[in-house]
Amino acid sequence: MRRFATLIETLDATNKTNKKVDALAQYFKEVPKKDALWAIALLSHRRPSRPVTTTLMRAWAAELAALPEWLFEESYHIVGDLAETIALLVQKERKGNPPSLNKCILEIIALKPKSEEEKKEYIVNQWKSLSHFERFVFNKILTGGFRIGVSQKLMTRALSKAIDVDETIIAHRLMGQWSPQTTTFEQLILHPNPEDQISQPYPFFLAHPVEESVFFEKEEASVWHIEHKWDGMRAQLILRKGKHFLWSRGEELITDKFPELEVLKEHLPEGTVLDGELIPFKNGSIGNFQDLQKRIGRKTVSKKLQEDIPIVLMAYDLLEFEGQDLRQQPLKKRQEKLAVLLNHYKCSESPLLLSEVYRFENWEAVRTERGQATQKRSEGLMLKHRESPYGVGRKKGHWWKWKSDPKSIDAVLTYAMRGHGRRSNLYTDYTFALWNNGELVTFAKAYSGLTDAEIKKLDQFIKKNTLDRFGPVRQVKPEMVFEIAFEGIAPSSRHKSGIAVRFPRISRWRHDKKIEAANSLDDLKELLP
Amino acid sequence: MPLLEFTSKGIYCKQADVYLDPWRGVNKALISHGHSDHARWGSKHYITQEINVPILQHRLGNIIVSGKKYKETFIINGVQFSFHPAGHVPGSSQIRAEYKGEVWVFTGDYKTQTDGISTMFEPVNCHTFITESTFGLPVFQWEDPQKVHQSINEWWAQNHDEKTTSLLMGYSLGKVQRLLKHLDPSISKIFTHGATEHMTQVLRQFIKFPKTELITRDTTKKEIEGNLVLAPPAVLGSTWIKKLGVLSTGYASGWMAFRGARRRRAVDRAFVLSDHADWKGLLSAITATGCENVITTHGYTELFAQYLNEKGWNARTQKTQYESETEEILVSE
Repeated sequence: MRRFATLIETLDATNKTNKKVDALAQYFKEVPKKDALWAIALLSHRRPSRPVTTTLMRAWAAELAALPEWLFEESYHIVGDLAETIALLVQKERKGNPPSLNKCILEIIALKPKSEEEKKEYIVNQWKSLSHFERFVFNKILTGGFRIGVSQKLMTRALSKAIDVDETIIAHRLMGQWSPQTTTFEQLILHPNPEDQISQPYPFFLAHPVEESVFFEKEEASVWHIEHKWDGMRAQLILRKGKHFLWSRGEELITDKFPELEVLKEHLPEGTVLDGELIPFKNGSIGNFQDLQKRIGRKTVSKKLQEDIPIVLMAYDLLEFEGQDLRQQPLKKRQEKLAVLLNHYKCSESPLLLSEVYRFENWEAVRTERGQATQKRSEGLMLKHRESPYGVGRKKGHWWKWKSDPKSIDAVLTYAMRGHGRRSNLYTDYTFALWNNGELVTFAKAYSGLTDAEIKKLDQFIKKNTLDRFGPVRQVKPEMVFEIAFEGIAPSSRHKSGIAVRFPRISRWRHDKKIEAANSLDDLKELLP
Repeated sequence: MPLLEFTSKGIYCKQADVYLDPWRGVNKALISHGHSDHARWGSKHYITQEINVPILQHRLGNIIVSGKKYKETFIINGVQFSFHPAGHVPGSSQIRAEYKGEVWVFTGDYKTQTDGISTMFEPVNCHTFITESTFGLPVFQWEDPQKVHQSINEWWAQNHDEKTTSLLMGYSLGKVQRLLKHLDPSISKIFTHGATEHMTQVLRQFIKFPKTELITRDTTKKEIEGNLVLAPPAVLGSTWIKKLGVLSTGYASGWMAFRGARRRRAVDRAFVLSDHADWKGLLSAITATGCENVITTHGYTELFAQYLNEKGWNARTQKTQYESETEEILVSE
């Protein structure tokens, strides 16, 4: 625990990638394997389930610090992170060595079925005997959300360095659902048994946004496979040993959410792994992302929901065939095999579609195809080099996304909320409104797009122009206009404005515009497809 | 009529016709300490604690200023004034005003810790206490400053071994000298930025500091490399730091208690060291005055006043132009 807290503190204190990798590698080498495995689990978002509610933790911490509840809550809003707030408010009172990471987490897991009194006693005890940063890390393990600027890729790199196994192999071994409670460092990472791994997905290969200024001059259009970039949910379908598994890009097993894919077990051969996009597809046409969200949001998928919003897998890559890993083969080979496979498999109302691959002689023609995106209900295009292997993670060079130009609208800042993490203590979460019959109606929230300097400036404006406060939220005098860019747009009954936009972000601070010149809700509606 | 009132120019004593730390030019100004939000340019006469006199002259140029010893009383139109140690930076004072048996104290900025360079804070009995509350939230609880200084020296020594330059940043008046006072000069040479060096020179007449060397145009990268450099935080991101070679950056401020602030600052090492009172310091200071009324002027004023009211004080907030929330991690110390 102490060693792990030191590791997190070191990672937290630097933004140099090499230093982070070194610190992690050092940690993996030094600590007992059980601790190392828990560290890997925590850093890849596999934390034990929460034994207590945060409400209880807040109450206990306020009591321990002898503070009224309102002051605890205000402190929390200002700090922006519950684990840190508690770490700051509670003081170390007694000496003692904290348990090892493994022991500490097992204790936390064992806590779950215990009574509230027992939970309180254990947690309060830990708070009192840990140092400030250890207490912070302990709280993070309890509450989850270990965001400390260490990506999965960076951790894999460090692990590779520590045990001298290739990065891509480690990335593959760490995929899917596992827990240090049921496996060991040895079994999972050093010498995995293939028999245990029939559900194991491959690491997803990810694309970068195309660098338009250089890419099109440097590259020949003819060697690139062009596909539409479907607006759904990335997924990997695995058929092995009579079973099927569906994985999301977040490495969540989502097999049960899409029962319509089960039928594929009977039609496709064993030892097949497909990469593609789950999209709503009804009566021969592609639905919108909001429909897909309705499917994802439900715990159980009723027959009716399946009928209302049927889902298909739009397949575009074949990662495994007849039990063979095809990832090192060139894309053109993989896609050829995929086409043959899907052509061979035919049944009515198929939950499997082949994403069409285009090839063009020049970039002008590609650009024309991109112009068709809205009509074809895609977000733009994917450009994939036809000779490229299927890589691991976000490796640059072989896959690019060339999205349609975003739509944008000028809106007025009306509310602001304190940010979290790096942005805590600054107002960085903004709400924007558009005109409707002389009133400003909220239409979107946005968090990104401003530079650090602009955030600071806007933060000062917000603090000086607050009309009202609601906990961490401030109502701001309508004075600032921003250009808000977004990807998709669809009607929505859940939003006050009647419209939902996807990926809203700030594209420009319109210092030149007065609020009267901001756009109206009707202007936004004009953008509906 | 209250003895001290809040006007558009600053805190005003009508009976004596003087202002305390005014933010506009006035005829007669009593100044608590030398930081720019408290000691502003443009007044005709300044009165302050004697150590603060050369600081004011350094910052404001040719001004008319008279210095008083701590606790020395002087009377202006029947109002008795005196300066009392605030422990914030060298020469910093609380300003006491007494008229017909009623006593008010204005703190300026203060801390209850010792820092090795400022005269230690002394509580002053009063009826009404006008207090800062920069860190008036219970999440702020300072560690023992000796431990912080020790970790600074360790960081510096390790950098020195790795031939890395340590760039240690803090506010030019007070913070940097406090850091310097506790640096272990046996580790390596200590270089300074101009802004740091000049203020330190002003204070050398009162306080003994380790030797420093000003970085000039002629100083070479080779000379600096592996040593320690003291500078204001504004140098981060400027071209000036290119001259320093391979760097490890350190920043000392109370705001570094927040993880978010530490990460936003993007320095290699953040040291939690403040010249303001923490939560417990503020509460103990207020209790020690025996006051009934508290007026909070800057920082987390509203929350702090609300808490004091719950604890039985008659507390309220007053808007001033002393740096508060808006400055946060920029230069407020």
